[in-house]
This record gives sequence, structure tokens and C-alpha cells, in this order.
Amino acid sequence: MAMTIQQRDYATPQRRDYDTVVVGGGLLGASIAWGLARGGERVALLDEGDTAIRASRANFALVWVQSKGLGMPEYAGWTIRSSDAWAGFAAEVTDVTGLDVAFERTGGFSLCLSEREVEHRAQTLKRLHNQPGIVDYDAKMMERSEIERMLPAIGPEVVGGSFCPLDGHVNSLRLLRALHTGLAKLGAHYLPDHRVDAIAQRAGGFALMTGAGEVRAAKVVLAAGNANMTLAPMVGLKAPMRPERGQIIVTERLQPFLKHPVVTVRQTDEGTVMIGDSKEEGITPEGTNMGIAAVEADRALRMFPVLKTVNVVRTWTGVRVMTQDGFPIYDQSETHPGAFVACCHSGVTLAANHALTIAPMIAKGALDLDIVGAFSAKRF
Amino acid sequence: MFQRVGKSEASVIISVDGTRVTARAGDTVAAALLAAGLTSTRTTPISGTPRAPYCMMGVCFECLVTIDDVGNRQGCLIPVSEGMRVDTQKGKREAGR
Amino acid sequence: MSAVTSLDDHYDVAVIGAGPAGLAAATVTATAGLSTVVLDDNPAPGGQVWRAVTTTPVQDRRVLGDDYWKGQEIVQAFQASGAKHALGAAVWSLSREREIGVSFGGGARMLEARRVVIASGALERPFPIPGWTLPGVMSVGGAQTLLKASGLVPGGRVVLAGAGPLLWLFAHQMLQAGGQIHAILDTSDRAGWRAALKHAMPFVTSPYLVKGLKLMAGVRRRVRLLTGVTSLAAGGRNKVEAVIFRQGSEGGQRMAADMLLLHQGVVPNVNLAMAAGVEHHWDAQQLCFVPVLDTFGGTGIEGVAIAGDGAGIAGAEAAVERGRLAGIAAVRALKGDTGKLPDETASRKVLAKYDGARAFLDTLYRPSRGFRIPAGDTIVCRCEEVTAQQVIDNVRIGCTGPNQLKSFLRCGMGPCQGRMCGLTVTELIAETRGVTPAEIGYYRLRPPVKPIALAELASMPKTESDVTAVVRI
Repeated sequence: MAMTIQQRDYATPQRRDYDTVVVGGGLLGASIAWGLARGGERVALLDEGDTAIRASRANFALVWVQSKGLGMPEYAGWTIRSSDAWAGFAAEVTDVTGLDVAFERTGGFSLCLSEREVEHRAQTLKRLHNQPGIVDYDAKMMERSEIERMLPAIGPEVVGGSFCPLDGHVNSLRLLRALHTGLAKLGAHYLPDHRVDAIAQRAGGFALMTGAGEVRAAKVVLAAGNANMTLAPMVGLKAPMRPERGQIIVTERLQPFLKHPVVTVRQTDEGTVMIGDSKEEGITPEGTNMGIAAVEADRALRMFPVLKTVNVVRTWTGVRVMTQDGFPIYDQSETHPGAFVACCHSGVTLAANHALTIAPMIAKGALDLDIVGAFSAKRF
Repeated sequence: MFQRVGKSEASVIISVDGTRVTARAGDTVAAALLAAGLTSTRTTPISGTPRAPYCMMGVCFECLVTIDDVGNRQGCLIPVSEGMRVDTQKGKREAGR
Repeated sequence: MSAVTSLDDHYDVAVIGAGPAGLAAATVTATAGLSTVVLDDNPAPGGQVWRAVTTTPVQDRRVLGDDYWKGQEIVQAFQASGAKHALGAAVWSLSREREIGVSFGGGARMLEARRVVIASGALERPFPIPGWTLPGVMSVGGAQTLLKASGLVPGGRVVLAGAGPLLWLFAHQMLQAGGQIHAILDTSDRAGWRAALKHAMPFVTSPYLVKGLKLMAGVRRRVRLLTGVTSLAAGGRNKVEAVIFRQGSEGGQRMAADMLLLHQGVVPNVNLAMAAGVEHHWDAQQLCFVPVLDTFGGTGIEGVAIAGDGAGIAGAEAAVERGRLAGIAAVRALKGDTGKLPDETASRKVLAKYDGARAFLDTLYRPSRGFRIPAGDTIVCRCEEVTAQQVIDNVRIGCTGPNQLKSFLRCGMGPCQGRMCGLTVTELIAETRGVTPAEIGYYRLRPPVKPIALAELASMPKTESDVTAVVRI
């Protein structure tokens, strides 16, 4: 439905002058803002409005380790660091907000429906773990019989798969809500309908021109997803992006039947079953492709025939935040000291890192290159 | 809490939670359950509170029941048929049923 | 017989909904020789207003009244027109290319049409009061459907509450059927009468007046009427046991009850049209979203029209004419002027008569603020059990609209897909933020607009590129 929402000075901030302004109110921006606010900074979180293209509302909610890092071993280590920190982060979120984000590190599967898929999966894991400098972690191929003991609902077409005990999932929508709930409690100012048009360097920091007025801060963090592409050059940074469309199907609530998330099928703590995950190039989330949804549904059914008569309640299309090589970017500006950029596809998996590792670095004014140096955009 | 009026149609026998219930041909499942005196036809998947058909036109999904072993079907849209097995639901539906 | 058990891949015209508008549109296009299919998820033609008109056990014509039985004639004309009717067919998607996803006869499929008429009608406006989820609380329309389709009359102490023509019509029908009404609680705003007077002239000359007044007077003679009701709640543990209410600023009253039937008007059923991408705007008079249409019901999507109450509430008689106009436009587009068309001017004349009277009814029965915009623990989203206070709290932490709110609270994410809470949520956010509902907008809707089984979705056609988008080896 085409409906324009006029810009409004909605949540009128008490001030327009902050220690740090974070641009982007999705999981990435909210996690960094969380870490900054927890550390005592005066933070503003700028966001677009209700109909923003928002990956945080369209994601699959996995906290996922297996298969991350082929082509950049440091990414595997960075992912495991977040996966390890997640339980503590989830507890902190509950502590501040009273909301349970349902983090579970149950171990997760990737299931294969043919010998060819098994072979491809095994090759991928092998190449991943043979990379020089990769951190050693447990991710292995499993025979069907072994999988069946852990996932009794699998269908006869499942011939094998891979399993990693570090994998898990959360309720990512509740996480987004919890971060925003907590930010309000921690004194951060969330400013929706503040789409940033321009950023200027000013004495002692930055001035951000938005549709709802100017916001000033000593530091600025760009966490605006694919929009970082246009924002980063305003502060002497770059963020080469290659957005990707993905479709997800969700069912009605069911009694628990699936103890471990599968990379394409998972049951939420609420009981609904999410089914993914397609990839197409493109930045518009408009329109669901029924053919793609049909392929997803068909594969999910072959994995779990028990879902046959379960009702689909919604399908949706989201846009993944993807850098050109698929790995995260964390960078700081040389020409505009105090300006940072953060882009990544895995805003759920890496949320713990963003709140607990990246935010303290930003609070100190500089990224720790020993930890995140590999993720500079200079690699492009 | 409902009384029948009008001319009597052919009757249809269904089972509701294992009990034999006589419905009128032309009844939807939801109508048959209300006519049979059921106050509530399911409990919710969230708080477990009882619910009953509300809109009778396919909009509100309050009348969800298990029909012939398929869960979460809209009772207000499905006509009764001879021998149909209707089960009321408690909370979330089971996968595979 | 027009009923079919299987569907073709292509039709000239597909009509979605077998109520007054859909039947009229299909009759026009089929009579003109266009292959026409009507898809409707109900078990019989007639829509809601003529529900079960071909099968009702209530054969005493005084019970349901002349306006109901008029539907017979429209249904008969439809059945003689050559149009096909897929009974129990649930349409769950419509694309801009006019591909229709439909579940029918136990399976799902796609079909294509050169012209589509959406005639999905109206649904009752949500009536979010404390306790409205209790068994024993039902919509007036729901109770009326039970009477029409199954000859069921509610018994015990039955209380009707709310406002609007349907409430009075049903009260009349229920009494005619031998039922007893314990009380009617009238929630219409007393100020509404004064405001409505300025629209009175067209109303006086309209067909509504005599019928309406006669009916109301008849009911008032036989039922205890409590007017000026300003607050309302259903009380009870596992079922409704009492109705708790206030009249004006007087103290609370409690009335024991076995059933509470609620109604405060009807609003367009927008889900399919919105999911298809039809532009809608907020109608400040009718307090709902209505599609943007041309004078034949045409939408911004090539070949897709909307007729009947889905195009904005105007009632059954107007729906027939709007259906005819949409049908005429489809025939002209596909065949040119064949001469086999009904008289367009006649339809427009009837429409003008009803349109004029509408403003009076809309103003008179405008649901009061307190019954549209709930507070506290009152459930807004029945499926996900989200309360008004939760909505307000989350708007205060920065949810500017219904889509972010949906993510935060799951409201609108249950099986009814927002039909029972959409308008309430929009108005509640608007009020909390101090802006208009037009600025807030509505839930972004996505197919399927009716739940379908996963196996049905899996059976849909898939292209090579669809497979590559998912299987990556």
C-alpha cells in the first residue's frame, strides 16, 4: 500500500548534542547503542520510519557458526567470539528489560536431501577448516541415522547433514524490542523518522542533517545497513555493498517438535516454524515470489513431512545487508576522526560482539585493530 | 445456548471429541458445535484461555478445530458431513495432526 | 447448475466473492459471453447479507425479511448466466499480473484472468472491550449468520450492544424468529443525531428511512433499550456471565447475561486488495481504509477492479450496482460494447440515491472513540493476545507505526492476519502519537492472505531460477 508517512518530530529529544550518534535502529545499530549506553555514554539512535526496509524485521534469527568464514578465517573466530558471548549478553538484556529473548545454544544442523548435497556440504566444511589460521571448532558431517536420533521428525529423503554444537538461535524480533526497551531505560534517545541526508564535520564532532532537524554528536557510528553505501563517503569511509533478497515463510504456532534449528527450518520459542532461505540479488523487498516460496516449502516438507498440513500464515521478502565479499566491515575514518562504520549480514549472531566488544572500542574512540583489523574496508 | 427454528432438514451425524452429535445438513462445523451446546471450542495457544466462534464468516479464526485429524481448520467455513470427526483443541496444534 | 468441482487455468473474468457485488458482476460478464468464475470460501452463494439464501432452513419469510429474500433473484440470475462458481474456494494471493492463488477441493493452484473483480465485501469493525474474547460474546453478524444458515437463535439472557443498522435488523429478525432479547445497550453517540441532521435531506428521500424507522420502532416496543452507553465490558470467568456498563456519566451497572452480541458497523475487507498492492487511503468519515478507485471500481492495477463494500461501505443494494458497473467495464475492455450490457445510467441513478443517504448513516452511527480506541488490559489482537497498554508502551519507546509494532509485539501476526485488530492498532498508535490514522497507515500485508497448508504452497509451480534461489550447490 502506498502511503506516505510525513516526517514528524516524534520522540522529541531532550537534547540535540550527544557523545555518540548511531545511525540505524536495526539490530546492529541498537546493539552498538546498547553497549555505548551501558557504558554511560549519551547516545542518540537515529532511524527511519515504520516502513523502512529493515533486515532486522526479516531475518531468520539464527546465532550461527558453522559455514561462517570460508574466504576469511578471521570471520570464523569473530563469529565464535560472539556465539560464546551470547548467553551472557542475553542475560544482560533480560536483566535490564525483563524480556527473555529465548537464546538457546542447542547445536544446529544443515540438512542434505541428496548424496550430491552431502558431498557439497562436506567439501565446504573441509575447505573452511583447511584454511590457514582458522580457529579450530567442532563442526562435522553426520550420517542420517545419527541425525535421526537428534531430530526424530526428519523425513526419508534426508540423507545426511552437518552439525555444529555452537549453533543456536534467539527470538530476534523480541531481541529488537528488548534492545529498544532497554535503550529507553538506559537513557538513550531513539529518534525515529530521522533519516540522515547529510553529515558535516563540526568543531568537536559531527552534525547530522535529518528530515526532522539537525543532531550533533562527538562521534558518529554508521549502522544503516545497505544505506551505509551512501553514508560512509560523507565521513571519508567506504562501504561497498551488494544487497540480496531473501524470502521467508512462517507457519502457525505448533507444539514443540524440533529441538535443534536447521539452517533453513527452525521452530521459534513461540511455536511458529520459520522456513528459508532463498537468495536473489536485489534491493527491493517488494513482492513475494510464490515460486521461490514453493521451493522452500517443498524442501522443508521433504525434511519434515510432519509439516504437511501445517498452515502458512505469512511469507515475506527481506533484504540482506551484504558487503561485496559477504564479510563484515568495521572501520574508522582517518579523515574524520570519531566516525565509524559497521556493516554485516549477521546482526543477530554478532549482536553480542557489537554490544560487548565494538561499543566499548567506539566509546574509547578507536577500534582495536588486533581484534577487528581484518574487517577494515581497505580490503576492497 | 442456541435454539433451532425453521424447517427440519436432513440430519448428519458427526462426532465431537468422541461423542455422537446430530447436526443439520447445511450446518457448518462451528454452527453444529454451538447447536450441540458447546460453550467454548478451543483454548488459545498463548494463555490457554477458552474461546468460541465469534464472527462466523471466516475472519476471526476463533472457531479453529481439528477436523478428521487435521488441526486448525476454520469450523465456520466447513460444512458438516456424515461421519466427520471433530475435536476441540487445547492450545497449540501438534505438528502432524 | 453453476457450481464447479474443478478449475481451468485461464478465465476472461475472475470474481472474488459471491456476495451482492460479485454475483452481479459475474452475471454481467457471463451474460456477455465472457468465461467467468466466481471464487468464494463460503459453502453457498450470497455473501454475508444473503448468506444461505438458497439453503436457509428459515423459510418463514417474515423472519429474515424482504431485503434478504431479494437475494434469491440475484442468485438465480447469476446461476442462469453461465458463470462458474467455485464454492469453498479460498483465494490467498493476487498478483499484479492477475494470477490468483486459490485453495479449492483440497489442493492449491494458480489461475489467470484477463480481468479480476475483487468483491470481498465487508467485515464487522473490531469492538475491543474488556472481555470481548470470552465465550458467549459474539458479533451480531456472527449470530445473524447462525440464524440464516442454520436456523439457530441465541437463547438465555441475550444482550445486544453497540450501534448500526445491522444491530437493529438482527434484533428484529431474532424477535421474528421467536427469540428473546434481554436488553439492547445503545452505544451510539447522542451527539451523532445532531451531527447527522445536516445530512438528513438525502436520507429522508432514500429507501433507508421508512424501512429503518419501522424496524427500530418495532424492536423498541418489545425490548428494553438502554441508550447513551459510554462504557462496556463483558464479565465472567470462562464464559460471559454479565455485562458491565455505564450510561453517560452515571455509575456502573451490572446486568447478568448469557450471551453478549456486539456490533458497531462494518468496514471494507481490504486484505486481498492491499496485499495485491492496491492503493488505499484513510476515510475519515467511515473511519477505515478504502481503496482508491475510478468510477467503475478500477484500481491502479491494470485489469483489477473492486466492487461492493470492499470499495467503501455502501450496503447491499449499492453493492449490486457497483458489481454491475465493474462487470460492464470488464465487458467493454474485453469485447467492446456488445449491446448485451445492462443500463449503466440506471445503476448510477440507484447508486446516487444510496450514496446521498450514506453520510447520514455514517454520521449517526459513527462508533464512539472509547469503543474504537481501547485502554489498559483490553485485548487488541485476539490471536496473539496483545493488550492496548502493550501497544501504547511500545509506541512510547519508538514504534512509529503498525509494522514495527508487529515485530515488537506480534500483533497482527496470528492466523487472522490483522483483520480483527488492524484498525484498532492504527487508531491507537495515531492517538498515542497525536497524529492522524492516515499518517500511521496500515499493516503491510503479504500473501497468503488466508492461511494455506505448507503442502499446498509446496505444490505451486516452480521455475529453474526459483530452484537456484534456494538450492545452492
